[in-house]
Amino acid sequence: MGAAVSGLLDGVSRRAALLLAAVLAALSVAPLFVNDYLLTVLIIILYFAYTGQAWNIMMGFAGQLSLGHALYVGLSAYIAALLFTRYGIAPWLGWLGAIPVVAASAAVIGFLAFRFSVAGVYFAILTIAFAEFARIGFDHLDVVNASSGLFLPVAQYAHNDLWRLRGDPAMFYYVILAATALAFILCRALLKRRVGYYWLAIREDEPAARAAGVDTFRYKMYAVMISAAVTSFAGVFYAFFYNNLFPEQVFNISRSIEIILGPVVGGVGTLFGPILGAFVLTGLAESLNSALAAVGIDLPGAKQVFYGVCLLVVVVALPDGIWPWLARRLGVEEAP
Amino acid sequence: MPFDVYLNVAVAGILTGLVYGLMALGLSVIFGVVRVVNFAHGEMMSIAMYLAVVLFSGFHLDPLIMLVPIAAVLFVFGYALQAKLINPFITRPDHSQFLLLVAVALIIVNTLLIVFGPDARTVQTSYAYDSFQVGALIVDATKLYAGCAAIVVAVLLFGFFRFTLVGKAIRACADNYTGALVVGLNVEHLYALTFAIGAACVGAAGAMMTLIIDVTPMLGPSYTLLAFVIVVTGGLGSMPGALLGGVLIGLTEALAGLLFTPSAKSMFAFAILVLVLLFRPQGILGKRVA
Repeated sequence: MGAAVSGLLDGVSRRAALLLAAVLAALSVAPLFVNDYLLTVLIIILYFAYTGQAWNIMMGFAGQLSLGHALYVGLSAYIAALLFTRYGIAPWLGWLGAIPVVAASAAVIGFLAFRFSVAGVYFAILTIAFAEFARIGFDHLDVVNASSGLFLPVAQYAHNDLWRLRGDPAMFYYVILAATALAFILCRALLKRRVGYYWLAIREDEPAARAAGVDTFRYKMYAVMISAAVTSFAGVFYAFFYNNLFPEQVFNISRSIEIILGPVVGGVGTLFGPILGAFVLTGLAESLNSALAAVGIDLPGAKQVFYGVCLLVVVVALPDGIWPWLARRLGVEEAP
Repeated sequence: MPFDVYLNVAVAGILTGLVYGLMALGLSVIFGVVRVVNFAHGEMMSIAMYLAVVLFSGFHLDPLIMLVPIAAVLFVFGYALQAKLINPFITRPDHSQFLLLVAVALIIVNTLLIVFGPDARTVQTSYAYDSFQVGALIVDATKLYAGCAAIVVAVLLFGFFRFTLVGKAIRACADNYTGALVVGLNVEHLYALTFAIGAACVGAAGAMMTLIIDVTPMLGPSYTLLAFVIVVTGGLGSMPGALLGGVLIGLTEALAGLLFTPSAKSMFAFAILVLVLLFRPQGILGKRVA
């Protein structure tokens, strides 16, 4: 255990480690100090930090732009929800069932794309096409109640049932906090290994990587499948946190875009970027919401316009994202 | 089902497809020359559609005549967008450009939502229910006019790129960026002009589209996707390809709506896209780039 922990912190400066510990400590005690509304906002932030981290494996590490991650979230959400409502199978087991399906669907997309050398923008469009295909398909699939939606039973529970993921927001908060932390550790571990270096080589210059003997097809497939498998937990969480699933919402292209906003604003390819980006974007949007509500303005769309302007400013002013810039300011350097 | 039902639906699909094709032509021109992924394309079309709706409900001006001024407005919008915002991005990676335009799209969609509200708007022209009958074939007047207008605009555009000096200069930029710089072309200006032309195309298509469908603020993203599907299907950088792709997708959607259910029609458009990407990635009329 000691060795594993010290291995984990290899190459992390004292300053960065302290900072990380402080953030983690603050997040661990946060539910004691915030009201239900703020707690929900924190859950949403961490949800996007998690999905952003998962997306980052594919785009940030291996350089494959996916605009269809809603497919993986949606598939796994439906599988876990269906197993739970029909057969009473606990979400954790449902997740285990969803992982192979989600990874296989990613493998199909990856195989088709990489074998037929569909790359760059075309690859991105292919990922959108599959997600849209699923959206319309599920909308007409009676097993999942088609467009009328799938609902999970909501009841007051006397105590938190972690195994069946039924309980109060605080439980969901700690689940998604743990998931985000684990995803962070996993991504860092991946980057430190051979596969991580191969991914970076592919991202920077694929022909050169191939010339150097990297089996680029195989490692791109790994990236796509691992990214999808990590994303699948977000689907389970989504289903059990919101308790309702509509194809029109879950598989919508906007969901895929929301997933990628965090890491892009925070910094593509960095470990802290997805987390920071989620905090900045969701935090700003929610404070704008409260500000508008406080002055009594109810404008549907105002939040999204603001989102758009923020995104525009960040993309124009900080093309590498906020984290690389902030890291320099804080005097912590991230390895990759 | 009798044969003439299929025929009627197919003709309606082809006419709608021509308008799709014009919309996609705008995207193809931008993508082919500036190499920027215009993810705000459908949103730009909804601006044009709302302009047409406002002009019609306020002043009873026919969208088919107003498509000229509407295209002009979109032309200016496109020029400004490229010159001010997108130009610094042409050398940046795909995802960066993509996000810039996603931001623009978000702002457009939700500004339209704030200004016009979420309800569908429609244009009721005096000829909305007219139709022409040729034997067993019954053709909607609105669709026929819209389809013909799309062909006229497309032909003008082909002529522009083929015969005018500016059109040739733009093609030179697309073929060889460095070469265009060397011979002294003002590439930044030409790029902005190209974006403006693409925007004008989608503006004209939007004005025609109001005759065919109702407009809501949320229309944008799905038509952006549709335009991409069409362009990739027809062949990137191929102008006839975009029109052909539009007709093909329009036809597919119409027949799928008839044979299955209208709400599932886009699924077939995506299925065609996947097939084309896999077996002919350069598109039906596209040229293979080494």
